[in-house]
Amino acid sequence: MGKYITKRIILAIVTIWAVATITFCLMNLVPGGPFLSEKAISPAATEALEAKYGLDKPFYERYLTYISGALHGDFGDSLKQRGRTVMDIISSKFPVSAKVGGIAVLMSLLLGIPLGVLAAYKRGTWVDSLFSVIATCGIAVPSFVICTLLMYAFGVKMKILPTLGLTSWQNYLMPVFALSAYPTSYIMRLMRSSMLDVLGQDYMRTAKAKGVSQKVALFKHALRNAILPVITYLGPMIAYTLTGSFIVEKIFTIPGLGGEFIKAINGRDYTMIMGTTIFLATFMIIMNVIVDIVYKIVDPRITLK
Amino acid sequence: METKKNPLSLQLNLNPDDFLPASKDEKESLVIMRESVSFWKDGFRRLRKNKVAMICIAIILVIMIFAFVVPSFYPYTYKDQIIGANNLKPMTYSADEQARIAAGEEVFPHFLGTDKMGRDYAIRVMMGTRISLLVGLIAAAIILVIGSIYGSVAAFAGGWVDLVMMRIVDIIYTIPDVLLIVLLSFAIQDPLKKLAEIPGFNWVNVVGENMISIFIVFALLYWVGMARMVRSQILTLKESEYVTAARALGASSSRIIKNHLLTNCIGTLIVTTTLQIPSSIFTESFLSFLGLGVAVPMPSLGSLASDAINGLNTNPHQLFIPAFVISMIILSFNLLGDGLRDAFDPKLKN
Repeated sequence: MGKYITKRIILAIVTIWAVATITFCLMNLVPGGPFLSEKAISPAATEALEAKYGLDKPFYERYLTYISGALHGDFGDSLKQRGRTVMDIISSKFPVSAKVGGIAVLMSLLLGIPLGVLAAYKRGTWVDSLFSVIATCGIAVPSFVICTLLMYAFGVKMKILPTLGLTSWQNYLMPVFALSAYPTSYIMRLMRSSMLDVLGQDYMRTAKAKGVSQKVALFKHALRNAILPVITYLGPMIAYTLTGSFIVEKIFTIPGLGGEFIKAINGRDYTMIMGTTIFLATFMIIMNVIVDIVYKIVDPRITLK
Repeated sequence: METKKNPLSLQLNLNPDDFLPASKDEKESLVIMRESVSFWKDGFRRLRKNKVAMICIAIILVIMIFAFVVPSFYPYTYKDQIIGANNLKPMTYSADEQARIAAGEEVFPHFLGTDKMGRDYAIRVMMGTRISLLVGLIAAAIILVIGSIYGSVAAFAGGWVDLVMMRIVDIIYTIPDVLLIVLLSFAIQDPLKKLAEIPGFNWVNVVGENMISIFIVFALLYWVGMARMVRSQILTLKESEYVTAARALGASSSRIIKNHLLTNCIGTLIVTTTLQIPSSIFTESFLSFLGLGVAVPMPSLGSLASDAINGLNTNPHQLFIPAFVISMIILSFNLLGDGLRDAFDPKLKN
């Protein structure tokens, strides 16, 4: 186990380094720069700004400066939001996204798993068909469609839910619903199909023959074996949902990390792009390692190597 | 001579006619033979029984007719602005057109009204559907080719080649896709513009730089899932006896991959490609929604929906129609993919 985790950490560092390098190269390949779009400032001022942030230096020098800074935990200042460090911005924006995303993840687990189990248990009945229709729609309808429909129905027509910001609990309803629609449906489908596999296994018959009650058989014997695919999906899902969806944040004007990232990309805020990318990649990799370990706890038959 | 047979005897009552050679008809009636059912025939037979999948195919065909055939004889075009006909409601006419109708002229109705620039909305939705479908189909084809070659080479080579190739897949998987898409599409634009100026490359302008960069970006990014899928299939398949036999007969690696391995995971390939189409359409609409997709005035379903958000209060139908079409397309392809999986996956045969 210890050896496995060490190996994963080394691999993770290599992956993050590769991600950072690719992003850095691509970013510099793109024509234009962070200060070109600001028409108000003179060429001299642009040069001064570029000199201040070291953008006039050759490419490899900037790369080395950045990487050595990043290794010391210094991700630089934002080029666009003057006077704020990248770390500052990420640590103020991430909690906003994580709060909405966290509720959405919880929602999708609490709804998706039981409904999937129920659908598998009542296979072939109208309950099963109803859930499968709902799940298919949840997967097929893009999130921006869900967002705008919600916005139109509850915000514009009925005027019962606020559409801007995150001030009261009612504000959370629509973004959380929009964010959790896809994962809930996906988990429901995964859960149903893996549960059907498990229900056909011999040990389920054995459990029934031993006189184990329906509830215990379903939730103790079957669920634990059937939940593995859901756990695999959870890793990337949590990483994506917690770091904020660009669409949901754009439509409901939530000041989160997703919107910040798009803003940084469009404004060529080099340090901000690098910082956010490294943050997202690290988060993703950590989630995957955690998932592997949880996997081992849930199913002791799995050996990590 | 009549001999009385013991009622308990097992002796048969035979006469010489029973020993004549059988006629041709008699022989044929006894042959129990069925036409051999090939993999494809078997799959399609099962697919045809699946009502949901057949309805989905019908819906996709209808949408395709509207996207590819109807616009060629539709009286309006997606970029012509009709003066004085801004934001018309469905089936209404502008003042100018009403005057022409009053004068006895025939005016083709605006089935879905017009948008805020005075362009006929029905044709814009059709063209948008065409773009979205093209993106989905072409991207899926590119992903199929790259993903299956990459995955099969990695699995077949094994060892450190596999390790390095799969690490590359992991890295691409880890970079946020929106970042890559935006950066790549900016980075590609300049070289593409230069390419378009070279004689013989005029088609770049016809297709549009944005479209080409979307294809390239999809091709560079989304083959990863396909590659993983194919790799895991080939890892088990390459241990089969027929691969050993082929190698013993002196077949080259590329021949084994092409003729033996890839043909054996064709079911998975079909299903994954069908499911890739809606996810490409999904991503394209998402990009267009963020304003990173196709160039104006060319519409796509995502950009139509995005443009309609500002006028949500007054013209909600302009949002609902593209949203509905895109949901229908994605839904149909998803259900069709599920149906194909049921039909072609040998593990689900019974």
